[in-house]
Amino acid sequence: MSHLIIIVGLLVIAFPVWITIVAATHDSVRVTQVPFPLLPGDQFFINLKAMFSSREEAIGGIPVGMMMLNSLVMALMIATGKICISLLSAFAIVYFKFRFRMFFFWMIFVTLMLPVEVRILPTFEVVADLGMLNTYWGLTIPLIASATATFMFRQTFLSIPDELLEAARIDGAGPMRFFFDILLPISRTSIAALFVILFIFGWNQYLWPLLITTEKSMYTIVMGIKSLLETADGEPAWHIIMMTALMAMLPPVIVVLCMQNLFVKGLTETEK
Amino acid sequence: MLKRVHFRSSWLPYALVAPQILVTLVFFMWPAGQSIYQSFLIEDAFGFSTEFVWFENYTYLLTDSLYFDTVFRTLFFSFSVAFLSLSIALLLAGFVDRIIRGAMFYRTMLIWPYAVAPVIAGALWVFMFDPTLGILTAMLDSFGWHWNHRLNGGEAMALVIIAATWKQISYNFLFLVAAMQAIPKSLIEAAALDGAGPLRRFRTIIFPLIMPTGFFLLVVNVVYAFFETFGIIHVVTGGGPAKATEILVYKAYSDGFIGLDLGGSAAQSTILMIGVVLLTVIQFRYVERQVDYSS
Amino acid sequence: MVNCDDIGQRRIFKTQGISYPEEKCGETVINIQTLLQLSRRFCVLAIALTVSAALYASDPVEISWWHAMGAENGERVEKLAADFNASQNNYRVVPSFKGNYTDTMTGAVAAFRARKQPHIVQVFEVGTATMMAAKGAIYPVEQLMADSDVVFDKSIYLPGVISYYQTPKGNLLSMPFNSSTPVLWYNREAFAKAGIKQPPSTWQEMFNVSEKLVASGMKCGFSFGWQSWVMIENFSTWHDQSIGTQQNGFAGFDTELSFNTPELKRRIQSIADSQSSGHFAYGGREDDSLPLFSSGECGMWMSSSANTAALSSQAKFAYGQSMLPLDTSIATEPQNSIIGGATLWVLQGHSKQSYRGVAEFLTYLSGAEVQAWWHQETGYVPITIAAAELSREQGFYQRNPDYDVAVKQLNLNTPTENSKGLRFGNFVQIRTIINEELESVWAGTKTASSALDDAVSRGNRLLRRFERAN
Repeated sequence: MSHLIIIVGLLVIAFPVWITIVAATHDSVRVTQVPFPLLPGDQFFINLKAMFSSREEAIGGIPVGMMMLNSLVMALMIATGKICISLLSAFAIVYFKFRFRMFFFWMIFVTLMLPVEVRILPTFEVVADLGMLNTYWGLTIPLIASATATFMFRQTFLSIPDELLEAARIDGAGPMRFFFDILLPISRTSIAALFVILFIFGWNQYLWPLLITTEKSMYTIVMGIKSLLETADGEPAWHIIMMTALMAMLPPVIVVLCMQNLFVKGLTETEK
Repeated sequence: MLKRVHFRSSWLPYALVAPQILVTLVFFMWPAGQSIYQSFLIEDAFGFSTEFVWFENYTYLLTDSLYFDTVFRTLFFSFSVAFLSLSIALLLAGFVDRIIRGAMFYRTMLIWPYAVAPVIAGALWVFMFDPTLGILTAMLDSFGWHWNHRLNGGEAMALVIIAATWKQISYNFLFLVAAMQAIPKSLIEAAALDGAGPLRRFRTIIFPLIMPTGFFLLVVNVVYAFFETFGIIHVVTGGGPAKATEILVYKAYSDGFIGLDLGGSAAQSTILMIGVVLLTVIQFRYVERQVDYSS
Repeated sequence: MVNCDDIGQRRIFKTQGISYPEEKCGETVINIQTLLQLSRRFCVLAIALTVSAALYASDPVEISWWHAMGAENGERVEKLAADFNASQNNYRVVPSFKGNYTDTMTGAVAAFRARKQPHIVQVFEVGTATMMAAKGAIYPVEQLMADSDVVFDKSIYLPGVISYYQTPKGNLLSMPFNSSTPVLWYNREAFAKAGIKQPPSTWQEMFNVSEKLVASGMKCGFSFGWQSWVMIENFSTWHDQSIGTQQNGFAGFDTELSFNTPELKRRIQSIADSQSSGHFAYGGREDDSLPLFSSGECGMWMSSSANTAALSSQAKFAYGQSMLPLDTSIATEPQNSIIGGATLWVLQGHSKQSYRGVAEFLTYLSGAEVQAWWHQETGYVPITIAAAELSREQGFYQRNPDYDVAVKQLNLNTPTENSKGLRFGNFVQIRTIINEELESVWAGTKTASSALDDAVSRGNRLLRRFERAN
């Protein structure tokens, strides 16, 4: 019964992913004809090969590997950066009493509002003035300023029983010791979940990298996909686009798989 | 909210929030301030002729009767997306949490859709619902439903709601599963021994315990629906047909980023921000009261 | 602290003889990094990449070119730059893909405001008014040519192509790059089956032919893409009717839209009414209606002449191009159609030396060989008469009949004040308004009359706003 409902939900939700896979295994004409195929075709390896060759020329000899590496660096920096600064600030806001505590919280919180696209020109100017165009720092740090993670950790910390802190104090643990020895291990599942989300968030950034990079060595894989899509008056090569999209999905999925272990571990820890 | 038991230190909390505050100040507050200042200007795209006009950009917006239609459309859209994505994710997470065999497979498969790059996701929806070529429109056609979101505003709205909801289901699912995983199994087993059925266990034990996460997701989903859905709308409908799927942030995006009307777009962003800050304050004031952190 | 990116690309310093050691640039990065207290490992990687990118720099003066051409056309852009670079040793054109047209234009505006603009940026035709109004930002092409002592003969260009980008006095502002014009595409097989000999040349015939197509089993007669461009803008110039006052905006910012004429209202209404008998089907904005034609549902489709590549891969039937139909109740002869697509704008703020390179590059792009190649490869119209002639000599139009329809339409007559093109500020948003209002007509919620009136009054509000800002 449970399995049935999940499988139905899965079929509906993963359907677009399935379409990506199907489209990546047919030739360019087949996917624009009616009826659209429901089963994978036999062009997988042909498309895979075509992707690597056309990709290199499409934006001037930038190999897929290079773009994937840039995406990876960007996604890792955004995910770890956000988690680090958010853990610290959430810790301060939940566990300390200090002046302007709520002011800081709300100041961080409003960054949740208004995505970077809507305030793009002034943000661009700041980054340009700091000389951060065409650097990984310019790619990532402005995107680290976001409240999601802080808010998430605040929620996690708030639901941690107070007894833990009392016990730690009796043992004579200082704030930072408490933070590293107790808070971090106990928030492991939240950190894992956030890491997955933030990694994918960073991985999928498009507009921001596009604006602040002009050096081809800084291009990301999503920019590569977009450049395949922007054919102006031509016809997008859907089979290659979907193949590239499929490739671009692999690292996030690997991250999801790795984090699965953390989920289970978190479970057993609390069971002890 | 502050812990009943807490630390005191004169400098440590400031040092802890410093990195976050610094980044926020430089890359958010400063540009946002500029953006608010911009909303009082009428300026050409390149910034050669600048005129300070006080509230003219605001009156320009608010004297446009179509703007208010957009406000109501935004509310409808946002609450539909937030409600649907949360409830579907909760349903799925609740079931996945109960099973043991294949849980990892299901979890991975349900999170996977979140990894689809937004630039591709939009194209996929266009692909599947194309009135001529789309695979889903062909299916609907066989039921006698001639889907055409290019002409029918209601169907266009339904399509962008589906597309925006879909994107968020995996996100919500992941956090809900994580929250449920953190619930000690002993609690649930004890309840089961007391003879509580699955539904009752969910209502009395699991649901209250995931409320902190639930509150987080509620706020994040509302903000997502208000602010981060313009990309998908841009690709799927472009705000059309007529104005059927134009919501506030899409208008701010298309006037500012596409149309380069910087002052007008900044005024819209400011209005939008005030609206969502109010909405968030309300959620913190009234909804968070229902959240029990003490358990 | 050395600002490495003063002119957008640090290589320029080096090539201009003001060489900063690369390590200094690296240091700039580090300072900010340590300032922001982040891990050092990425820092090393960042420097490694910056340095390795700098190693590619060679002696010629670099010219940055931001463009919006992805996929195959992106490869062609790379080839154009590479060929030019190989043809001489003084300059090096570096193309960068910057997203679609709006991404590219907004990116250039953002860069300009931060003084990091490229030399050349590709801007779509509806951005013309915005670019032109920014007098301090742009370097008019004709002036650039004169300042650089590069011979520039305007008479070699197709008048229908360059008229769109000239000042009222006739000075060329930007260099046309990829241009197309709407044509009537038709399904030859469906025509044969329905016993139709000739593609329609008037709107009356459009409906007659549609009737026959539907009778022969087609789902619909015709559809069109880019409805504002095809059915408002080109419909007006084709019949020598004005779209707005002040020569369609060429003569001043105090222009007002004027396309809500009884003639256009009648035509739009007749198209909307013909939906019930299956003559017309609406298929969405931009080129979203392409599948209606390529899948064989509709027998005719009015849209850009540059759809050659898309159709050749998708349409499983023989098709042809023909001139746009004439509304005989408005005019007895067609005037000329206008172009769409994009041009190359040169931006201010670089060295005189590099501008000479820009002038040479633009001249290179206008060469007959290069243009004929570009035209034949992409399906865009050639921008010079010589390129069109060369294509004819090479037998291109014999191999590809009808591919000269676009050039014919553009060159039909000397453009009048009504048919040179249009120059309205905020035109991206005005097109959106026109889309919205026309969609209400197709959906039957508004009459053509009130929709066009509303489009004009809403559009005029935006024109006043633009006038205010400039």
